[in-house]
Amino acid sequence: MPRLSADARHNVRLEINGRAHEAEAEPRMLLTDFLRHRLGLTGTHVGCEHGVCGACTVQIDGAPARACLTLAVQADGASIRTVEGLAPEPGRLSVLQEAFRRHHALQCGFCTAGILMSLDWYLREKPDPSEAELREFLSGHICRCTGYVPIVAAALDAARRLRETGESK
Amino acid sequence: MKPAPFDYVRAGSLAETHDVLASEGGEAAVLAGGQSLVPLLSMRMARPKVLVDIMHVDELASLRVDGDAIYVGARLRQAELLGWPELAKHQPLLAHALPWVGHWQTRARGTVCGSVALADPSAELPLVLAALGGHVILSSRGAHRRVPADEFFQGIMSTARNDDELIEAVSFPCRRNGEGYAFREFARRHGDFAIVACAAIATEKSVRLAVGGVADRPVVRDFPEVSDEALGDFAAGLEARDDLHATASYRRMLVCKLGAETIAEAQACRA
Repeated sequence: MPRLSADARHNVRLEINGRAHEAEAEPRMLLTDFLRHRLGLTGTHVGCEHGVCGACTVQIDGAPARACLTLAVQADGASIRTVEGLAPEPGRLSVLQEAFRRHHALQCGFCTAGILMSLDWYLREKPDPSEAELREFLSGHICRCTGYVPIVAAALDAARRLRETGESK
Repeated sequence: MKPAPFDYVRAGSLAETHDVLASEGGEAAVLAGGQSLVPLLSMRMARPKVLVDIMHVDELASLRVDGDAIYVGARLRQAELLGWPELAKHQPLLAHALPWVGHWQTRARGTVCGSVALADPSAELPLVLAALGGHVILSSRGAHRRVPADEFFQGIMSTARNDDELIEAVSFPCRRNGEGYAFREFARRHGDFAIVACAAIATEKSVRLAVGGVADRPVVRDFPEVSDEALGDFAAGLEARDDLHATASYRRMLVCKLGAETIAEAQACRA
């Protein structure tokens, strides 16, 4: 049972967007700071830092979760997806990202990465959600610009397109 | 908003977990899903010297029906319990209440036992455990005990757990024939802590109402006869608190209204 000392840095190995990564973290380092400062993956945003706003949402071992409520050392060995992994290739957006652009579902963009990571998972779990279900799901995210209406519209549109192309499966 | 420094131990077994808790006592904190503990660390409301991560302890992963109760191990995440296909069959009240616990994004990580361990007076899972008369299974080096919910919850974030003890599991009584179950909650935003939450269990002869978010712990009352007057007396007797979300009198009013609705729903679905 190894004990990681508070005042030393320890190796953390994890998989991010299908690629192996390794860097050092003190036990108290949050996954948000690890992603941003150790690995340079600044697409994941830091908002409230206590799990309320949803800006830092990533997918950990296949489910959406707050990166600010996870320690980097806890995530050792985990498989993580971040917003950097959504686009299929450089210069091309995912169906969900395209829908966000089309519907002006973002203004300042601060909350967007987290919302995309949540919805990316949700639309695969539930390819045909109702508006009410989407709104309940989105209650885990705070957006102070859009009023949520265009976000819901983009999610419904993306769900429809994903169903049509069979990509949601 | 950064935690104070602490050592981190990834326990590989129950015995290792007990060893750390025995040697560190109150300086250690058990880390499971982290959805309540990590914010407390970040806000420095908690400053443990060492965290014991129990999410790799195989003995704590169980979810099973044991006699007439559902036994939920300390590692089991809220989303896993909610996703269990048998849940509504074995205990509808849990199936009704779990969607109110946090958000999808926190249920994916947060554990059932972790919520019970925190004992927030507004939290849903302690309320359900108290309403059903469930038990908390505590263990330490060489010792083991089962504590009834009404003895376990002792006040705001205060429980009967000793510093060297781990909540190994909680057990929720299974549904009983002829009972109806309902859960309702009022919060500013879905997924927030409840301003008032109500769980009701209707039987042929009486109704049990359990209320969270009002006093410093879940309050359970059995009503042989349900009436507005009886509910009003119950609400008036609660040690309600004022806070920035609601006044004590508003909470009492909600207990009457939401309580009556929850009881009616439980009676209607009594099978």
